[in-house]
Amino acid sequence: MSHFGRITLGLGLAFLYGPILVLVAFSFNASALVTVWGGFSTRWYGVLFADGALLAAALVSLRVALAAAALATLFGTLAALALDRGGRFPGRSAFAGLLYVPMVMPEVITGLALLLLFVGTGLERGLVTLVVAHATLGLGFIAVIVGARLKGLDHTLEEAAADLGAGPLRVFATVTLPLIAPAVAAGFLLAFTLSLDDLVIASFAAGPGATTLPMRLYSQVRLGVNPEINAASTLLVGGVTLIVLGASWLSACGGIRSDVGTG
Amino acid sequence: MGGTGSTPRLDLTGVTKRFGDSVAVADVSLALAAGEFFCLLGPSGCGKSTLLRLVAGFEAPNLGVIRVDGQDMAGLPPHRRPVNIMFQSYALFPHKDVAGNIAYGLPDLGRADRTGRVRDLLARVRLENFENRRIETLSGGQRQRVALARALAREPGVLLLDEPLGALDRGLREETQGELRALQRRLGITFVMVTHDPGEAMALADRIGVMDRGRLVQVGDAATLYERPATRFVASLLGDVNLIPGRVAGRDGDWAVVQTGFGPLRARAPGTMPGEGEAATLAIRPERVGLGAGTGPAGTVTEVTFLGERIRRRIRMEDGTLLRASMPAVAQAPDPHGVGAAIRLDLDPEACRLLPA
Repeated sequence: MSHFGRITLGLGLAFLYGPILVLVAFSFNASALVTVWGGFSTRWYGVLFADGALLAAALVSLRVALAAAALATLFGTLAALALDRGGRFPGRSAFAGLLYVPMVMPEVITGLALLLLFVGTGLERGLVTLVVAHATLGLGFIAVIVGARLKGLDHTLEEAAADLGAGPLRVFATVTLPLIAPAVAAGFLLAFTLSLDDLVIASFAAGPGATTLPMRLYSQVRLGVNPEINAASTLLVGGVTLIVLGASWLSACGGIRSDVGTG
Repeated sequence: MGGTGSTPRLDLTGVTKRFGDSVAVADVSLALAAGEFFCLLGPSGCGKSTLLRLVAGFEAPNLGVIRVDGQDMAGLPPHRRPVNIMFQSYALFPHKDVAGNIAYGLPDLGRADRTGRVRDLLARVRLENFENRRIETLSGGQRQRVALARALAREPGVLLLDEPLGALDRGLREETQGELRALQRRLGITFVMVTHDPGEAMALADRIGVMDRGRLVQVGDAATLYERPATRFVASLLGDVNLIPGRVAGRDGDWAVVQTGFGPLRARAPGTMPGEGEAATLAIRPERVGLGAGTGPAGTVTEVTFLGERIRRRIRMEDGTLLRASMPAVAQAPDPHGVGAAIRLDLDPEACRLLPA
């Protein structure tokens, strides 16, 4: 790599991750003042794990993320299958296009629309509405990831299974699903992190009883930033990073295994 | 070979398949006996693979009937048909090991039976103790054998093979040809193999069906297709041939006289086409073109190529027509028919065939 390349890469990475590194560094600050370095300490992590309200919010976030990701994975995978295998059903291209909308729609608008829907249908806002809202957010991503995998799948593998006496259900369960599993899992993890990170939609869709971790952090920040927030954020960033790495690893090893058909 | 009296194992009647405006398979009728090794031969895109997919049930014909042992296959999905197919790409399941692939078609067997059956099948394709190998660790030849074993596992009445040797290199290909033939003989299963390689078809098949642009143009054993081709396409597909343009000057039963650019020639002319006065082609294999000093058509040798066991000569006739003659190499010095030698052709009318232009 040239000097120029190295420098631009360094600048780009610094621009992206500099703020996060500052946050991580200050989470180990012994001082209670956010902007003054008072030596290394893990005391704020101790404070964090003694904060019942924050832990409760984290638990809500995890439960919502799990449920929303599961729901989004189920429907996103079904949508991808319909698009790839459904032939040319009426409204196919409209359906394909509409799947992308939640991905590009400003979150405020999605949140507001969901709020109006929940109020209009008389659905009481709480965990359930939060799960539904986050499933909506993740569904499109999963449909795209699984769809790409399906498109790359060698169709003769399924034909071979059918030829060997397997009915459509057995073909799906024993050939299609195992081969798209890495993409499904990657999609699940992505939907999980999307739900875990979301603040805007959650603010609209969650009721008084369901406060997620980002909501809790945001409300605390408004009262003033303290190092405990830094510690919580560091853990959140760490967890999400691990999940994203896991997702991309799953996609990558899936990509290698898809080419094993011929000599 | 026609299975007279008994029901054919595989019976196609007027099978036609269209994709949009293009006709992939046009009005194909064919009856195969039990235990027959049949090759569908033709260039890529001639519809031979589509015909296999029609029999396997992955496509439905627009017209025509496909029967296996007398039973109409119409509306029967692939998993209910008593036929199996071996794909050109092998289509082995990458997420299963060798035993898992072979046993896929045997879900109803108990564990012990299945293990034994897999072992038998692996022995048949000479892959003993490969049960637990992963597919990605196998060589091309080994994958081909696993695919064959998997396709044989359900003991189909008809096995369809789509270019089964296409992905193998040359030496392995010839070795595998012999094994495939021996296996087919031993099992007595009807094989329908698709290939674009005439040599392979001639080496393996009891009968060959030549396909051209969706049509089955001629069916016969290798010798028949080679000696008595029905069209120029068949003649030039199976080996080298001189195709001499001309016009039918006269017909007399199974014989015709063709006026060519270098004089009239007598030729075998079964059937009635092309009729007197019509444009025609006279086909003669290079090894049937004799060189003599008699009274035949005159020409000049323009090129001599020594090919080891054979010598090939290029001969320019008086009207400029170029012919090829091939004969066993005999040590003879000096060569009486070297470059520039004036010769007379000795054309056996039995070796000349009248074909449509």
